[in-house]
Amino acid sequence: MSGNDVLIRVEGLQKWFKGGEIKALDGIDCEIRRGEVVVVIGPSGSGKSTFLRCLNLLEHPTGGTITFDGVDITDPRVDINRHRQKMGMVFQHFNLFPHMTILENMTLAPMKLLKKSREEAEQKAMALLERVGLADRSGAYPSQLSGGQKQRIAIVRALCMDPEVMLFDEPTSALDPEMVGEVLEVMKELAREGMTMAVVTHEMGFAREVGTRVLFMDEGKLLEQGTPAALFGSPQNPRLKDFLGKVLQ
Amino acid sequence: MGWFTQLQANLAGWFADLKAEFVLNFIEEDRWRFLVTGLGNTLRITFFAVLLGIALGVVVAIVRASYDKTIQEMRPGPGRFLLKLGNFVCKIYLTVIRGTPVVVQLMIMYYIIFATSRNSLMVAVLAFGINSGAYVAEIFRSGIMSIDPGQFEAGRSLGFNYVQTMRYIIIPQAFKNVLPALANEFIVLLKETSVAGYVTIRDLTMGGDIIRSGTYSAFMPLIAVALIYLTLVIFFTWLVGKLERRLRSSER
Repeated sequence: MSGNDVLIRVEGLQKWFKGGEIKALDGIDCEIRRGEVVVVIGPSGSGKSTFLRCLNLLEHPTGGTITFDGVDITDPRVDINRHRQKMGMVFQHFNLFPHMTILENMTLAPMKLLKKSREEAEQKAMALLERVGLADRSGAYPSQLSGGQKQRIAIVRALCMDPEVMLFDEPTSALDPEMVGEVLEVMKELAREGMTMAVVTHEMGFAREVGTRVLFMDEGKLLEQGTPAALFGSPQNPRLKDFLGKVLQ
Repeated sequence: MGWFTQLQANLAGWFADLKAEFVLNFIEEDRWRFLVTGLGNTLRITFFAVLLGIALGVVVAIVRASYDKTIQEMRPGPGRFLLKLGNFVCKIYLTVIRGTPVVVQLMIMYYIIFATSRNSLMVAVLAFGINSGAYVAEIFRSGIMSIDPGQFEAGRSLGFNYVQTMRYIIIPQAFKNVLPALANEFIVLLKETSVAGYVTIRDLTMGGDIIRSGTYSAFMPLIAVALIYLTLVIFFTWLVGKLERRLRSSER
């Protein structure tokens, strides 16, 4: 882990909806270094999902800049599609492609975008499926899988593109409680292997155990950040104290 | 027993009449040929008009859906201007085509726009195809709009551009969803071509009409024409049902 190698730098990030009536993000500054697992917590409506979705420009920021791998991706002249290939994203509702098998879900982007051969793409996909224990489901369609299985597939689908960073947008929020563990386990393993991760979640246990840094957001602002030990052990901001008091009972 | 022999005689007379009618309308002078060539023309017009209609409809639907989905987010520039212009043109097309009867469109095509062309079959294909395209466009647009936005975001997050996301992810799903409505539009089109006679095309309906005006007998030719249309519609409905089941089976 190279400690000071900044992968994503966010400066003065703003996102307004309805012409400024709603300020979902109100000036966010932060950095994500290679190998870090940054966990974003905060009450619902605090802007944490919007923040994550701005990182790969699924939401276009109203103001501010995002520098990914040394390139300002908010510059309109930048080909965002090429940069998105290096930023894997996992959604709350999985968003697997229902008209394709698991294997097709995983090989589509590598074949079409990275111009890999079918053999090469399938080989990588099968190796990843093996790792998450779903190799036997490669020919199944998404509707035949449980929620936990779908989310594990969504994670490895993103990994097929060899991303430099993985963005997780509440990956366990739509799961039945008994399936949360299997998804978190895959994420933990990914973190152990040194993948750079930005995770929006309500799983405080995950934040504490796996996060190298935790960000607390509320009302579109980044109010406090620090190591899990510092943030959970001695919170400074009164709103963070209030939030932790509610979620950690 | 009197009423029974009476009935028998009546029935026998009725069947004899029917047979005579049949022979007169279809066998004599090989009049059945009018129906066969008519059917051929009806199928030809329908087939090519459907192809044209789907091609036009898909393009118009993509322009309209892209406009609805992205115009708010789009940065000012030539792309935005083109999309606005495209959407405007598509809207005019939809309004005019859906706001006027297909017979009138057909006659405008034949007697005004292509007044110098005597290829009435080609004119009919154009007229019906352009007409059908407007309905297909709205069917397809609703299909595109019905796909969960998360599918689109998943495609974009993998690095696909807008067009690739549409092509690999959105359109295949939208097509599957709108297949029943598309099939219905196809069946409507098949029946709508029955007005092709207005521009001197000998389609199935016109074939029946030619027989009727030759034999001064309406029953046989009209019922025959109706039965042929009905058989076609039942056949195509069955075919589409089969296709639909095949497409659906991939999701189970």
